[in-house]
Amino acid sequence: MVTLNLLILICLAYVVFLFAVAFAADRAAIRGRGKWLNTPLVYTLSLSIYCTAWTFYGAVGFAARSGLEYVTIYLGPTLVMVGWWWALRKMVRVGRAQRITSIADLISSRYGKSNGLAVFVTIFAVIGTTPYIALQLQSVTLSFAVFTEAGAAIPLSHQSTALWVAAGLVLFTILFGTRNLDANERHHGVVMAIALEAVVKLFALLAVGVFVVWGLSGGVQGIVARIDASKIAEFDVSGSRWAGLTMLSAAAFLCLPRMFQVMVVENEDEGHLRMASWAFPTYLMLMSLFVVPIAVVGLDLMPEGANPDLFVLTVPLSEGQNGLAILSFLGGFSSATSMVIVAAIALSTMVSNHIVMPLWLSATGGTAVMSGDMRNVALLTRRFSIAGVIFLGYLYFHVSGGGTALAAIGLVSFAGVAQFLPAMIGGLFWRGATRSGAFAGLGMGFLLWLFTLFLPSFGPGTILPQAVFDQGLFGLIWLRPQALFGIVGLDPLVHAVMWSMTLNTGAFVLVSLLSFPQPVERLQAAQYVDVFQHSVTTGSWSGGMAQSEDLLIMSQRILGAPQAQAFFASAARAQGVNGYLPEPSPKFLNQLERELAGSVGGATAHAMVSQIVGRAAVSVEDLMAVADETAQIMEYSSRLEAKSAEQTRTARQLREANEKLTQLSVQKDEFLSQVSHELRTPMTSIRAFSEILRDTRELSAGEQAKYSSIIHDETVRLTRLLDDLLDLSVLESGRVNLNLQAGTLGNMLDRAEAAAGAGLRIERGKADGDIVLTTDLDRLAQVFINLMANTRKYCDADEPVLSISTMRTGGDLVIDFVDNGCGIRAGQQAVIFEKFSRLGDNTVGGAGLGLAICREIMTRLGGAISYLPGQAGAAFRVTLPLETRVAAQ
Amino acid sequence: MTPEQEAIIAERRSYRRRRMIDAARLLPVFGVAFFSIPLLWSGAEGRTSTTSAMLYIFGIWAVLAATSAAISRHLRPEGGGSSRQAGGR
Repeated sequence: MVTLNLLILICLAYVVFLFAVAFAADRAAIRGRGKWLNTPLVYTLSLSIYCTAWTFYGAVGFAARSGLEYVTIYLGPTLVMVGWWWALRKMVRVGRAQRITSIADLISSRYGKSNGLAVFVTIFAVIGTTPYIALQLQSVTLSFAVFTEAGAAIPLSHQSTALWVAAGLVLFTILFGTRNLDANERHHGVVMAIALEAVVKLFALLAVGVFVVWGLSGGVQGIVARIDASKIAEFDVSGSRWAGLTMLSAAAFLCLPRMFQVMVVENEDEGHLRMASWAFPTYLMLMSLFVVPIAVVGLDLMPEGANPDLFVLTVPLSEGQNGLAILSFLGGFSSATSMVIVAAIALSTMVSNHIVMPLWLSATGGTAVMSGDMRNVALLTRRFSIAGVIFLGYLYFHVSGGGTALAAIGLVSFAGVAQFLPAMIGGLFWRGATRSGAFAGLGMGFLLWLFTLFLPSFGPGTILPQAVFDQGLFGLIWLRPQALFGIVGLDPLVHAVMWSMTLNTGAFVLVSLLSFPQPVERLQAAQYVDVFQHSVTTGSWSGGMAQSEDLLIMSQRILGAPQAQAFFASAARAQGVNGYLPEPSPKFLNQLERELAGSVGGATAHAMVSQIVGRAAVSVEDLMAVADETAQIMEYSSRLEAKSAEQTRTARQLREANEKLTQLSVQKDEFLSQVSHELRTPMTSIRAFSEILRDTRELSAGEQAKYSSIIHDETVRLTRLLDDLLDLSVLESGRVNLNLQAGTLGNMLDRAEAAAGAGLRIERGKADGDIVLTTDLDRLAQVFINLMANTRKYCDADEPVLSISTMRTGGDLVIDFVDNGCGIRAGQQAVIFEKFSRLGDNTVGGAGLGLAICREIMTRLGGAISYLPGQAGAAFRVTLPLETRVAAQ
Repeated sequence: MTPEQEAIIAERRSYRRRRMIDAARLLPVFGVAFFSIPLLWSGAEGRTSTTSAMLYIFGIWAVLAATSAAISRHLRPEGGGSSRQAGGR
């Protein structure tokens, strides 16, 4: 038998151990060795404060009464967790971006930093959570009582147990929960202790489950047979309760202040959600896995009338498994204490930030600068709030006498906090949600919850008289608390949840649609709804005069002197100012407000800064900045796109230029080698024949004349080549002097024909003679001559015919030279205008410079020459402006 | 130049990531659907036994957790924290 003394000893040892763990974790975090404190595993385990003593003891009782219905309480959170990408991710991101300290802060900040809303939510949360804390105290007391009844020598009254437990919890919470003022600085010690308790309660419940299944029922087969034989053998859950409870638990999971505390406020890293998204559902599944077996075995073994809420304890105890019973007791103790601790921290933050601090601010004459040390005041408030919250729970327990079944209290509390859901989710996802809407929805939900669930939960005749249950409020039959609007036959809980949630959401949406938000609300709405687009608040402070010193004085009182000075100094450095006093720029004021919000909540911080700086003004520019932000991002990205397109274009141009340069270099090399080749051939023959003339004595006069004429011809050819090269280089370098004259086209063609038309039939149109050109006639004639000479040289027809036609297009004169040969092959058309390009075998003399010169001449004359494909034979088109615009010289 | 236009075809890795985000969004919908099925049982003739109901519910539960684990493995935060990408609504 376990004596009570032993139990108390074990209990104390466990508590000391928890203190040690929390202390060690806090120390490690302070020394910066707390990396292992921020793992996703610790985060996931800390979420397990969802599983309170209600889960640990109450779920079995729930199952013993109504079968599988209890799983709905865990299915809701499972669905929320699995769907983390929808809501939780956004909540955590907003919480971090806005330095949110509690759910009241989240809601009030969203709706224009309205402190009224924060006060409302806080009061509501305290009312909703108090029964829940009472529930925890009750379960610890009951579990103590189990051991007392089993073999206690000393009688221990329920009340005093509860009081001792409450006092212990107050001590722990104050020690580790109010170490630092900044709620955004994580409570490492508390979180670590909670994570440890999570392991203990899971292990304890699994141990009892394993014992029940394999120790008492002979394995899975045995327990299945036992379940089938029990009174909960059939799945008998009403559809409305199944759906209603699942939705309720999902809503409560998001809205419970303590869940918000661990999920959002204590969250160190958004990435932790990834692990929690699967690990926490697994945890919940394991927690509820053995509930039905324990309930069934308990119903089997325990005498009629035994409290099913305590089967987890009484079953091992009745089987003489004292060790297991103590483990199970520690599990229940862990569940209860961890919930109370976190709930007290969350609520105390809300109470001190949203109720006490504003009151204190206005009580001290409304100036944050004048009066004493705010830091101590805030910490003290928080400590008193913790004690107050836990004491309220104790009071509730004391008054209610701890009679009601655990699960019922839990559900009342759930339904209460679920009223935050429309305002919160609406605020996160709907820009149009307004403060008036939130007030309306919350107010409506609160009233209905109070009337249909909370007050009736005390039973008829306690607070609400029996008459109200029967005849309705003020005798109005449609105002009966459990049959609103005359609809009877619904389960009271489902009835309350359905009406409160629908009317809450309805009022919230309707009033939001009809009201018009203030500028601050609209700013915050953008910040919340588009938190993944915007990450920084836009300015909302119109900077004042020399208030930096006042701000520093105030901040020192809240943040502590060293921290505030460091913050101001770094802000001053960022502005390029020496010392501790930065300019009170809107940006700095926003940073400061955010920093203060981490300690005293958004609304209070806003109020304090505005006391010093003056009214916060949301300028039209601010609003426009928010509205424009999206447009700016789009514009920026399109600018980037344009820039990159431009760079692609430039790169292409550079590539082309490079290719051209490479080609030119190759061309230059080819040109040089061709020039030397061209020079060498005549030089060789000149040298050979001049040597013959010099060295051979007996040369006849005929031979001498022949050799000399060969030498002469070669020098002429050489000269011509050099002339051509010179000509080309002059043309290419643009140093050519054009000799502009007027003349008719006909004359020029005549000249060309006379020079090069021998042996060639030339067909010309009649209009030539009328066209008067003002150009360098000699150069143009050179082009014509060249073209005719080419035809004579290269045309392979038996009777070469060159037809010349002229026409005018626009301001240009177009002259086509078409012969009747076989033309130029397509592959060569591109190169014929290059230097030294000669077609076919070099059977006909010529250096291959003619067309290159023609092209240069035409360019200089402002026209062009091109090969005209698709004609009878080789065809060249000369284009010349009628109004001669001579190209730059 | 709109965001839709800039990403008609995403690279393979970010395509995979987007589909995983789709999966993460759809998973709770499937969860709700599967956990709603017990609503149909109470009306059926021949009551469902608690043991088979447990088998169903815990089975779905395990599958949901496993699927969520598989999906979240692929949802590592993108390098540099491009919240715009990650947060497409």
